Amino acid sequence: MTNKRIDEPTGTETVGHEWDGIEELDTPMPRWWLWTLYLTIIWGVIYVILYPAWPLVDRATEGVLGWSSRGELAEEMSVVDQARVSMREELSRIPIERLPENSELFTQAVAGGRSAFQVHCSQCHGSGAAGSKTLGYPNLNDDDWLWGGDLKAIEYTLVNGIRAPGVEDTRTSLMPPFAGVFEPAQIDGLVNHVLSLSGKATSSSSGAQLYQDNCSICHGPAGEGDRELGAPRLNDAIWLYGSSREQVREQILNPKMGRMPHWIGRLDPVTIKMLSAYVWSLGGGEEFVEVSENPAVEVDEEP
Amino acid sequence: MKNRDPGRASSAPPRREGENSDQAVVVEDGRAKSNEPVSSAVAEPEATTLRHEPHEPPRQPLPAKLFEKRTKVHNKRIDGPFRRFKWLVMLVTLAIYYGTPWIRWDRGPYAPDQAVLVDLANRRFYMFGIEIWPHEFYYVAGLLIMAALGLFLVTSAVGRAWCGYACPQTVWTDLFQHVDRFVDGDRNARIKLDAAPLGLRKIVKRAFKYTIYLVIAFWTGGAWIMYFADAPTLVRDFWVGEAAPAAYITVGILTLTTFTLGGFMREQVCIYMCPWPRIQTAMMDEKSLLVTYKDWRGEPRGSVKKAKKNPEKFGDCIDCLQCVAVCPTGIDIREGPQVGCITCALCIDACDKVMAEVGRPRGLIDYATLEDCEKEANGEVARPPWKALLRPRTIAYFLIWGSVGLAMLFALGVRSHVGLSVSPDRNPPYILMSDGSVRNSYTLKLRNMESRPRAMEIALQGLPGAVMWTDTSGRDAAARTQVKTVPADQVLVVRAYVIAPEGVDTQEFSFRVTSRDEQRESAETEARFDTPGGSE
Ligand code: SF4
Ligand code: SF4
Repeated sequence: MTNKRIDEPTGTETVGHEWDGIEELDTPMPRWWLWTLYLTIIWGVIYVILYPAWPLVDRATEGVLGWSSRGELAEEMSVVDQARVSMREELSRIPIERLPENSELFTQAVAGGRSAFQVHCSQCHGSGAAGSKTLGYPNLNDDDWLWGGDLKAIEYTLVNGIRAPGVEDTRTSLMPPFAGVFEPAQIDGLVNHVLSLSGKATSSSSGAQLYQDNCSICHGPAGEGDRELGAPRLNDAIWLYGSSREQVREQILNPKMGRMPHWIGRLDPVTIKMLSAYVWSLGGGEEFVEVSENPAVEVDEEP
Repeated sequence: MKNRDPGRASSAPPRREGENSDQAVVVEDGRAKSNEPVSSAVAEPEATTLRHEPHEPPRQPLPAKLFEKRTKVHNKRIDGPFRRFKWLVMLVTLAIYYGTPWIRWDRGPYAPDQAVLVDLANRRFYMFGIEIWPHEFYYVAGLLIMAALGLFLVTSAVGRAWCGYACPQTVWTDLFQHVDRFVDGDRNARIKLDAAPLGLRKIVKRAFKYTIYLVIAFWTGGAWIMYFADAPTLVRDFWVGEAAPAAYITVGILTLTTFTLGGFMREQVCIYMCPWPRIQTAMMDEKSLLVTYKDWRGEPRGSVKKAKKNPEKFGDCIDCLQCVAVCPTGIDIREGPQVGCITCALCIDACDKVMAEVGRPRGLIDYATLEDCEKEANGEVARPPWKALLRPRTIAYFLIWGSVGLAMLFALGVRSHVGLSVSPDRNPPYILMSDGSVRNSYTLKLRNMESRPRAMEIALQGLPGAVMWTDTSGRDAAARTQVKTVPADQVLVVRAYVIAPEGVDTQEFSFRVTSRDEQRESAETEARFDTPGGSE
């Protein structure tokens, strides 16, 4: 089979086979190519010695450098944590109502709160904190607050939750269901009166009377609401469960009452602080006004 | 192939009727091989190893070798006007390259004082009085376009002058060849040394030479990174080992490339690797200025002695090969214009010297266009070479090049140093407030391109009844305008809350930002105000 010969035009030896008149030149590999191959071999040997390489049954060979991608990640994480330690420490020391005075810390808190919000809060309130009218999750961007909108009130809500079962200090209020209490005509009058508080309908004297007797204790005579009791304002433009006649009637007869989990114990106090700052910064935050020593009754008077 | 008997296929060479038998059978390597294809479907097994020779006419043998081994160029020292010009260009270009990063330029306290700086970390490009931001990258594109057109212009005017004098490959090759000459001596000494066996003297000389190569290469790589950071600081950081890894890697790579490209590959880069000679070749025509050997004058060649005996028989070229000896790419220009000629004109210097010595007029090799050469050969009066510059193509290139330059200068002159970009919050698009009014939120980016802090006024244009406040001012300060101080040479991000009274429709409006200084530069950007009323 070996029928090698020198190919005249190229001066290269053939491999010695012929297929249908086609012969193959035995061209040596280019030198640069060979050298690249040798270099990669050397590189490979060095790599195997220095880095994890051979897979074994439950792990891989370790390499003399002791490097691992997991270890590198842990190192990077700890560097980031180190960098954040001072910020978190400072944050834990500062009383929350004083936070806006330190604008750098505040900016960092808002940024931290933003990412925590995406993880823990956006499921209900939405990634833009816009809430949902159909599901009854409040919009956190606006200036309407059921329980108070200054930093301290927001933090309190976050810590204790709303109607959170088994939490002693949770925010709680109760709207009694009026199903079966009124005649349909009475209901219509009442709905009209409630809507008239914000100018959406004309009231009648019977409706006004019903409101006066049944609702004004909590919601106030002019529908101004009461944050201490968690009674929503009725004379504004914001309706958590909808402003149509049907929706208002439904809310009187079979009221929906939302719940929010308490976050203390699940999130550390600093993260809660950051979340409060973020929610407060969304554009509807209220100034803190000192009225009482007891945070549970911390209430912001309407201006 | 009709009436082919399969049994016959291998036994005898097939023959077509009326065909000459010695064309159908070729004897090769002592074997008879058929000129007709043999189908393996019908042939006996051994027939498949018979080569058939389908070439008609038979193929031409190729040149014995397709690969030409490089012969090392040992160019001889020469002096003359073109060599001096080349010295000058080399000096100027190297000075520009090594020196530019060290030029200082005062820009006030807020900006770096390096005249030419590509500040990648802060994303700024400084060039003397000009500062370019990333969004103005079209200026850099414009510069590149000008550079390309400039090359076209030079090529059309003076041929491959770029290759001959200013190209970095040429300049550094020249530099390294001078190092060769300095260490090993001139052409003959170098050829001798190359051929000499490896002895102590050779080792010492080589080591010395490569050390110089390395120093130059390192210096070249080092100068490059100076353009990307404050040069004095970087030099210090570099030597104490505190510079960024990218700096060391860049210097390492550029040292290596300079060392190999300048020290060893040299003319091979021009002849085999560089795309520019190919493009230039396509741009050249008979009206292009190039270094030409005037063969009608030189041929046939003959030594001085022969020419003395027989003056009629010989041309001016005395075949002394000086033009080949001095050529940095090692070619023979007398073979005609070729891609290997970078038109450095050193052969002109060499030949002019020879012509002066033998008492013949200069310019046997000279800058000329092929058209003029032809005229001259026909006995017409030669045009002076500078006239070759004035041709429509050159003028057209010049006009385009000039107008791109002027347009850029104009744009740089009138560009505004404030900027505003607006991105509205889309989640949620609008927010109903408790009094029924509607709030939209926007993220504004105020750009201050001056190197001093500036107070800027943001104002609402349109959207009647609306007011705004910002994340730092609070709702109490809501008004139709807000004032912010933007730090020097920076972008300030401002959250703007715009609130419009109940009943306002979804509509377009705009933000206008105006600098509150004597320039009163302003920029306006459109935005949309969304309301529950729906779209449009
Ligand atoms: S230097 Fe001039 S004379 Fe000498 S070989 Fe070259 S062309 Fe001829
Ligand atoms: S032929 Fe002449 S002009 Fe061309 S590269 Fe050589 S020396 Fe330079």
